[in-house]
Amino acid sequence: MALPELKQSTTAARLAALSLPEGGCLEVARRAALSRVQSMGLPDRRDEYWKYTRPDTLTAVEAPRAAVLEAGEAPMFAEFDRLKVVFVDGVFDAEASDDLALEGVTIERLSDLRSKDIHWAKDLYGVLEARGQSPVERPLAALNTAFAEDGVVIHVTGSPSKPINLIYVHDSDSSDAILHHVVKVDSGAEATILENGPAASRFNKAMEIDIADGGTLHLVRAQGRDHERRAATHLFARLGSESVFKSFTLTVNGVLTRNEAIVEFTGDDAVAHVAGACVGDGDFHHDDTVFITHDAVNCESRQVFKKVLRNGATGVFQGKILVKPGAQKTDGYQISQSLLLDDDSQFLAKPELEIYADDVACSHGSTSGAIDEDGLFYLRSRGVPEGEATDLMTLAFLAEAVQEIDSDEIAAEVNERLHGWLSRRR
Amino acid sequence: MLEIKNLHVKLEEEDKQILKGVNLTVEAGKVHAIMGPNGSGKSTLSYVLSGKDGYEVTEGSATLDGEELLDLEPEERAALGMFLAFQYPVEIPGVGNMTFLRTAVNAQRKARDEEELSASDFLKVVREKAKTLQIDAEMLKRPVNVGFSGGEKKRNEILQMAMLEPKMCILDETDSGLDVDAMKLVADGVNALRDEGRGFLVITHYQRLLDHIKPDVVHIMAAGRIVKTGGPELALEVENNGYANILAEVE
Ligand SMILES: Nc1ncnc2c1ncn2[C@@H]1O[C@H](COP(=O)(O)OP(=O)(O)O)[C@@H](O)[C@H]1O
Ligand SMILES: [Mg+2]
Repeated sequence: MALPELKQSTTAARLAALSLPEGGCLEVARRAALSRVQSMGLPDRRDEYWKYTRPDTLTAVEAPRAAVLEAGEAPMFAEFDRLKVVFVDGVFDAEASDDLALEGVTIERLSDLRSKDIHWAKDLYGVLEARGQSPVERPLAALNTAFAEDGVVIHVTGSPSKPINLIYVHDSDSSDAILHHVVKVDSGAEATILENGPAASRFNKAMEIDIADGGTLHLVRAQGRDHERRAATHLFARLGSESVFKSFTLTVNGVLTRNEAIVEFTGDDAVAHVAGACVGDGDFHHDDTVFITHDAVNCESRQVFKKVLRNGATGVFQGKILVKPGAQKTDGYQISQSLLLDDDSQFLAKPELEIYADDVACSHGSTSGAIDEDGLFYLRSRGVPEGEATDLMTLAFLAEAVQEIDSDEIAAEVNERLHGWLSRRR
Repeated sequence: MLEIKNLHVKLEEEDKQILKGVNLTVEAGKVHAIMGPNGSGKSTLSYVLSGKDGYEVTEGSATLDGEELLDLEPEERAALGMFLAFQYPVEIPGVGNMTFLRTAVNAQRKARDEEELSASDFLKVVREKAKTLQIDAEMLKRPVNVGFSGGEKKRNEILQMAMLEPKMCILDETDSGLDVDAMKLVADGVNALRDEGRGFLVITHYQRLLDHIKPDVVHIMAAGRIVKTGGPELALEVENNGYANILAEVE
């Protein structure tokens, strides 16, 4: 089917401004992804999947400018014992990064694969993304596969002693970054990946994750607080039997964020939790779009998304659980809630369940509400000033999502940052 | 200490007058009890004194040690030494009881230009006070009042009171829903705090509580007014004959 004219011209203009990295074992996948983008066309506001979020600044030829935030505080996870992998405006920075050697894991630059004809990543790069294009199209992810020059490919073979921290530094106010990571977790292996920073004025990031039987991956990310930055991210995860995937995303500020998570259970008895907490103010727009496919028996999926919105901020949640025929004993849970601190802010939610098996337990709920006045009065009657009481109630609201982080140390860091940011905003 | 003069209060949203000229003075070191039929305005009085939204004071005043309370925010009243043990303590999911207590204690200290308690000092004091109220470590860790039984909620109110050491304590039906043992714990908690500088206003329906917390003065409230004031014998009269006789007599 031919694309509508406008979509065709937008897509053509964007693609013309990019050049496809040539050479190496990934070129075939890149070319295939390019033709996917060409046939799908980039998203526009008439697309049902982009009903609540305007994609035009994400698909424009030029990235809109975004000032670099002078945070005045140490970056997140700075105190942690971790292996740093630093990207500045989407380009790997060897100087700032640690030595990539660590027992139990192999980390390589994506760009190094251009000189390699054989590599394990060939079986995953663009493969999980392509699987994730159905039943819903995700053209920005295909664009990413085609054009991403940088990123890392991570092969977890054991249990590395410390987390791998992907750090995304935003340095230029007009930067436009595309990063693509591939993570392969071997059977029985376990790792934690931390991500933080705004990355660029406009950031398109994709991460493909393949977890073999009995493997475990923890992913915790904190998206940068630069007010004007824009980001479209995709997470494609495929889970083998008895594997575990836990993902948590913290978002504070950012004029536009679209986080898509696409999770597929292919082996039995696996667990996937996808959670997010966000706090937005003013022209903040934050969209969590999740698609979980149960295609195996006795798997557990949990989606927990909490949004605090004020001064006209917008939150979006599109979450779907698809239970395929035969995926018996599926346990699917989904909750999305917003705390609206004023009447101007809005939360748009589209929770969906599609179930083709009979022996399943799936539930979903979505709520939107103001702060609990009785709780607020109770705190104030004990002497806690209104602002502090509001912050405490706000943190309490976010707690269910933050609790999805297994590591106490990381959860404490998230809470501490949230508390600091909330109190300084008063 | 607490001086309430001709207090008239209506609901903000509705044209409904609830308090119709309350006069009441609680002196330092004294325990006053308020009894009265349901709906007479006892809880409203306690809420208005602590600064809850939704009420409009149309006339009158309420002062604590000479300071007008009604112009202040709830937290400012608390810092001055007002405390209300709620008839229905509020559940706050996601906020740990311990965090709640420490935030409150330190907020009040800060408001009074006092040094904040260190985490370890705080812990020591809480543990000790919790122990006398038979509140275990588990209850201190749980979210505020969430999943607490009725009795646990009320004991938790008394723990807060013990930690905050307020000047003026109002207890709104703290005895309701308590078994005999729990009531004794609560009463002991209150008695431990009784001293020369502190005033109490105890709202209750039952003589039972007043057997343990001996009041100096007993007031009967009806239809938004204090209709009768007397000594401890007034509470016994209510216990024996109900409110009907007293109300008929003041009509
Ligand atoms: N927020 C409110 N909205 C509606 N009615 C109220 C409200 N607060 C109090 N009232 C009414 O005011 C009267 C006094 O209530 P309350 O102070 O709770 O009495 P008491 O504590 O003596 O039982 C009752 O008729 C009650 O229904
Ligand atoms: Mg009452």
